Amino acid sequence: MSDFVELWIYLSATPLFGLTASLSVYVMAHTLYSRLNQTPIANPVLWSVIVLAGILHLTRTPYQTYFSGAQFIHFLLGPAVVALAWPLWERRVELKKRAPALIVAAIAGGLAAALSAVVMGYVLGLPDEVLRSLAPKSVTAPVAMGVAERIGGIPALAAVFAVITGMIGALSAKYLFDRIGIHSPAVRGFALGTASHGIGAARAMQVHPDAGAYAGLALGIQVIVASLSLPLIARLF
Amino acid sequence: MTALKGFAWVLIFQCAGEIIAQVVSGLWPGPVIGMLMLALALAWPPLREPVASAANALLPHLSLLFVPVGVGVLLHTDLIMLAGWTLLAVLTLSTWIGMVVTALVLRALWQRSSQGETDE
Repeated sequence: MSDFVELWIYLSATPLFGLTASLSVYVMAHTLYSRLNQTPIANPVLWSVIVLAGILHLTRTPYQTYFSGAQFIHFLLGPAVVALAWPLWERRVELKKRAPALIVAAIAGGLAAALSAVVMGYVLGLPDEVLRSLAPKSVTAPVAMGVAERIGGIPALAAVFAVITGMIGALSAKYLFDRIGIHSPAVRGFALGTASHGIGAARAMQVHPDAGAYAGLALGIQVIVASLSLPLIARLF
Repeated sequence: MTALKGFAWVLIFQCAGEIIAQVVSGLWPGPVIGMLMLALALAWPPLREPVASAANALLPHLSLLFVPVGVGVLLHTDLIMLAGWTLLAVLTLSTWIGMVVTALVLRALWQRSSQGETDE
C-alpha cells in the first residue's frame, strides 16, 4: 500500500499525470457525449472539467502540477487559432458573396454581447476591472486575455469569463434557437460562434457540418471585430 | 507526414505573427496575425494540402484544448464567487443577447438579399 502511495506521489508530480488525466477523461466524456446523441447537457468540456477538478481536489494535487502536463494541450490553442485560416480559405467564394451580411451580423452580435454584459455589470455595481474583463468575453480565450490586458482588465478573469460564456452558449444555444424559430444550421452556427467562440464552435462542429463551418468562421471574424473595436471603444471610458 | 508538414507551416505563421505582434505591438495577438497571414498565403497552392490536413486534425478537437483552462476556472471559483450569481446572470443574459442579435440580423439580411435575387 505504501508502495502504491509512493508511486502515486511520484507520478502525480510529473507532467505525465496532467496530460494523461486530461486526455483520458476527455476521451471518456466524449464517448459518453456521443452515446447520449450529443445532448447539450452532456458537453464533454463541461464534464471533463468537473471530473478533473474533482480528481485534483480529492488528491490534493495543485493546479500548477496538473498544468505542467496539461500545458501541452493548452499550448495547441495558439496553433488552432492559426489553423482557422483553413476554413476561412475554404469558404472564400461563399465568404466574398456573403461578406457584407456576415460582417454586419458579427459586429452587431459581438457588440451586443460585449456592451450588454458591461452595461448590466455596471448597473449591478461590478468593479471597473471586472467590467473591462467582461467586454472581450465572446472572443476565444487566448485573444480575450490579450484584449483584456490591453483595455485595463485582468487577463485571468477574462479567460474565466470567456470559458464560462463558451459553456453557456454550448449548453443553451439549441434551446434558444428552437424557441425563437432559427432553423438554418449556417445561421445557428454563425450566431453560436459569434457569442460563444471556440467552445460554441466546437459544439457546432459536432452537430452539423454547415453549423461547424460557420461557427469557425464567426469565431475568426469575432477575433478581428473584437480586437479591433473593443480597444477603441474602451478608450472612450 | 502531410499533417506534420502543415503543422510546421502553422507554427511558422504563428511565430511570424508573434514577431509582428511584438515589433508593432498593435491591436491583434500573434496567433490572430498568423491566421490572417496564413489565410492570404493559402493562395499559394503548395500550402493548401498540408495546412488542410493539419487544420482537419486540430480543429475537430477544439473542445479538448479548452479543458486545461476550464479546470483552472473551476479551481478559481473564489474569483467567480466574488460576484457569484450576479456575474453568472450577466454572462448568461449577454450571451443570449449576442446569439439572438447575430441570428436575427443575419437571417434578415439573407432573406432580403435572396428576395432581391428573385425580384430581378
